[in-house]
Amino acid sequence: MTNMEKYNEAFTSTFGIGEDALENLEYQGIAAWDSVGHMQLIAALEEAFDIMFDTDDIIDLNSYQVGKQMLAKYEVEL
Amino acid sequence: MRKTMEDILEELLQTSPYSLDKAEKRALYRKALSELTRRHYAACPEYQRILDALGFDAEADHELEEQPMLPVRLFKEYELLSVPREEVAKIMTSSGTSGQRVSKIFLDKTNTKNQTRVLTEIISSYIGKKRLPLLILDTRLALRDRSMFSARGAGIVGFSTFGRDTAYALNENMEIDIPAVQEFLKKHEGESILLFGYTYMIWQYAVCALREAGVCLQIGEGRLFHIGGWKKLKEQAVDSLKYNEAVREVLGNVAVYNYYGMAEQLGSVFVECEHGHMHCSNYSDVVIRRPADFSAAETGERGLIELVSLLPTSYPGHVLLTEDEGEILGEDDCPCGRKGKYFRIHGRIRGAEIRGCSDTYERH
Repeated sequence: MTNMEKYNEAFTSTFGIGEDALENLEYQGIAAWDSVGHMQLIAALEEAFDIMFDTDDIIDLNSYQVGKQMLAKYEVEL
Repeated sequence: MRKTMEDILEELLQTSPYSLDKAEKRALYRKALSELTRRHYAACPEYQRILDALGFDAEADHELEEQPMLPVRLFKEYELLSVPREEVAKIMTSSGTSGQRVSKIFLDKTNTKNQTRVLTEIISSYIGKKRLPLLILDTRLALRDRSMFSARGAGIVGFSTFGRDTAYALNENMEIDIPAVQEFLKKHEGESILLFGYTYMIWQYAVCALREAGVCLQIGEGRLFHIGGWKKLKEQAVDSLKYNEAVREVLGNVAVYNYYGMAEQLGSVFVECEHGHMHCSNYSDVVIRRPADFSAAETGERGLIELVSLLPTSYPGHVLLTEDEGEILGEDDCPCGRKGKYFRIHGRIRGAEIRGCSDTYERH
């Protein structure tokens, strides 16, 4: 699996949505991405890429697009 | 030009959370609270009616003690919000016992985000920015019913941000799963462990259960944060000294931090320092009110606790009168070095509506 596929799967499997819903997806934009869903997403991303987010980044990761840029900081190339 | 609440919060978030001294805080709170009062006056019709009935001039700036306070139970009787309903992202409810009404707190995205950011600043100042393995002394079930989130579940999720590899110590029947906990601790041997739970539930389902089983978990280095009421513990003559001792007896080398906050003002919590003092941060303040005439009491004088927070922007909950009794112990001069007022909570006033906070788990 490519990193991009892993990234997408963290979202689709955590929130039970299709890839077509990802492009404009934001925190609290769908019922599943609430605060509980958020911690599940963080756990899924950390496991997929073997990284650990800083506390501040957990809070800042508030959309599918923001998350993409954030991963660069953790040396994950999508 | 008047600074907006957003500017004020952004500036505060750049500094450590216990940095403002008395004079700085007084000046800031005069501006910030007056700004919040104006905002809610303009946006929340019920709030406006209350202030009009009081003859309060919302347009002018007022000192902390002159800001109009709402009794916290008003949030049970009315739906008070200062944003359009379609902007409400989450409705927080307090955990009332059955038959009692619960508070409904309406949060928009900005308010929610600020709560998380401020909680992070405050807790990180005690544990550092590094995320630690987290053991929740509760059950996964507390996260049920996500659309109408209880304060208990929200507290757990809010705290999860500071942890990693989160594990739950209690099973679905509220029994401590000793082998699972020991396995978690073995996996993280040599690391500092973060623990979180609710005051009474920790006592009942962890401390007492481990004592009965004759087990000490022997945590090498841990930090336990707990929140919730002391009512049931007081009935059993357990004070914070006894509590902390008992926790260490069954958990090991664990520093215990009690903190205080209401579902009506999540985020801007009050944490007890190593000297046993409950501290206001830059984001919150406390005023003690004399029950006879609601005038502001002096340091060392008991009265009703009024809690003040800079965070509530989507609902008018920035100045709330609680049903708890307490006293201010001092300001800016705690030996721990934190600036701001520090205080003690004596518990629920007599005659107040009985309302447990997060210690309301009942067996079915």
